[in-house]
Amino acid sequence: MLTTTLARRSAAVAGRNVAALKSAYWLAMLGGFLEPVLYLFSIGVGVGALIGDIALPGGRVVSYSEFVAPAMLAASAMSGALNETTFNFFGKMKFARLYEGMLATPVRPIEIALGELSWAMIRGSLYSAAFLVVMVLMDLTTAGRALLAFPATVLIGFAFGALGMAISTVLRSWQDFDLIIAGQFALFLFSGTFVPATAYPAVLRWLVEVTPLYRSVDLIRGISLGPLEPVHVLDVLYLLILTGLGLWIAGRRMERLLCK
Amino acid sequence: MTSLIHARGLIKRFGDFTAVDGIDVDVQPGEAFGFLGPNGAGKSSTMRMIGCVSPPTDGVLRILDMDPRRDGPRIRARLGVCPQLDNLDPELSVLENLTTYARFFGIPRKVARERAAELLDFVQLGERAGSKVEPLSGGMKRRLTIARAMVNEPDIVLLDEPTTGLDPQARHLVWERLFRLKQQGVTLVLTTHYMDEAEQLCDRLVVMDGGKIVAEGSPRALIEAYSTREVVELRFPDDQGSYVGKLEGVGERLEVLPDRILLYVTDGDAALAEVHRRSLDPAGSLVRRSSLEDVFLHLTGRTLVD
Repeated sequence: MLTTTLARRSAAVAGRNVAALKSAYWLAMLGGFLEPVLYLFSIGVGVGALIGDIALPGGRVVSYSEFVAPAMLAASAMSGALNETTFNFFGKMKFARLYEGMLATPVRPIEIALGELSWAMIRGSLYSAAFLVVMVLMDLTTAGRALLAFPATVLIGFAFGALGMAISTVLRSWQDFDLIIAGQFALFLFSGTFVPATAYPAVLRWLVEVTPLYRSVDLIRGISLGPLEPVHVLDVLYLLILTGLGLWIAGRRMERLLCK
Repeated sequence: MTSLIHARGLIKRFGDFTAVDGIDVDVQPGEAFGFLGPNGAGKSSTMRMIGCVSPPTDGVLRILDMDPRRDGPRIRARLGVCPQLDNLDPELSVLENLTTYARFFGIPRKVARERAAELLDFVQLGERAGSKVEPLSGGMKRRLTIARAMVNEPDIVLLDEPTTGLDPQARHLVWERLFRLKQQGVTLVLTTHYMDEAEQLCDRLVVMDGGKIVAEGSPRALIEAYSTREVVELRFPDDQGSYVGKLEGVGERLEVLPDRILLYVTDGDAALAEVHRRSLDPAGSLVRRSSLEDVFLHLTGRTLVD
């Protein structure tokens, strides 16, 4: 009973975003889809031609495009989720005062957080699905593996979306977004995306391996290239915990900010 | 307990600042109840506590015989809220603002559409259903917010300064709609710093100042208790204060404001005749009935709208 109410109210919050969909939004979504595809072509295919094949930690040798593609997929799931839950969420909370209106209804802060996150996931999942189609068409993975990778991208989106929301609730102004962008870009470059983490010195490698994008890349790469190992269970657990923690912080902080 | 809203010793503090300082309030079903006071009196903080979006710091607060701390969502499901600043959704159309809002209450889509259409007609925005919110005038936006507050057929409608910032014509239109709601038996709770608004709409009101309730009653009873039947306003061309001695004994009481003197009297015309008999020659004079403004001035020594 309690969970159905929670789900219903969260769905109503997400439904608000569906109602607000206007043509300009689809154009913005085109950008979200194109970004990883452009990276895949410029770096995976382009730079890959100079690099040639690459050996995975397990010893298997794959083309550089095959190596980079899963990382671009994970990174696009991350940025899709972060865009929606940082810029858009912060704007709605601070300036449009949209949530004030919602909170005057039975809807609770945690339900707003869940609803917004679900919406970010719907949007992010469209990017991921489209990119997986590109990967299959380019023979970078199999259709079966792509089907398995899809729910993993949804989980990655949830984890980063929850993280983004939690961060948004502690931001003070738009200036703080420079920090998010810098952090996001650092993650994008160094999470085993373009170079295997094994290439880094031990301390750096350890640092890289605890970042959420590294765990995401590891999971997607395991699914799209194989083989799946126990460490991938750890990846899933890591992302589940991040989701729960992010949502919990976001809900708590929203209550502090909006229900003074 | 029959009160829809019941507060005893209700307190709201923000850090060291006490916004609401131990107020007692009871609102009965079908009543139009007002919080009158200047800006910063604690009206909005009180409204936010009643709206279950701001937890009370201390004291008793029961709404619809429930506890806002524990039953927030269940109480809010039966409240309609019209906030001081419009927070309509600029990305949605006029109609969508109502139908989307209805979904937050779990109202089925079909019912939401029917009710939204009725409410838009009620607030005279039926023809603007497909319009964006942005181009609407201030008065239209406020009426739309009132319609939005009605979408869940609430037991209590909370209106925080419903006509602040509206031009006179728009204000009267809002008043007229609110009066219609009152006639339908909807319980209205509103804050205002306009005495004419309180007199127009409220059956009963409390006067708030500095977080405390300084008087309570119907507008008529408050005026009778704290003011005289009529007031003579006199404007002198030079220092108002220098006329105080010369006016002694004319009325029951007088107040000196920077730009005028108010004489509290039973018979305004007789008092004005007496002023002229004393060869005082005010640049302007006005005889009027006492209003809540006079009550407030008497209770706090300050005017309501500075």
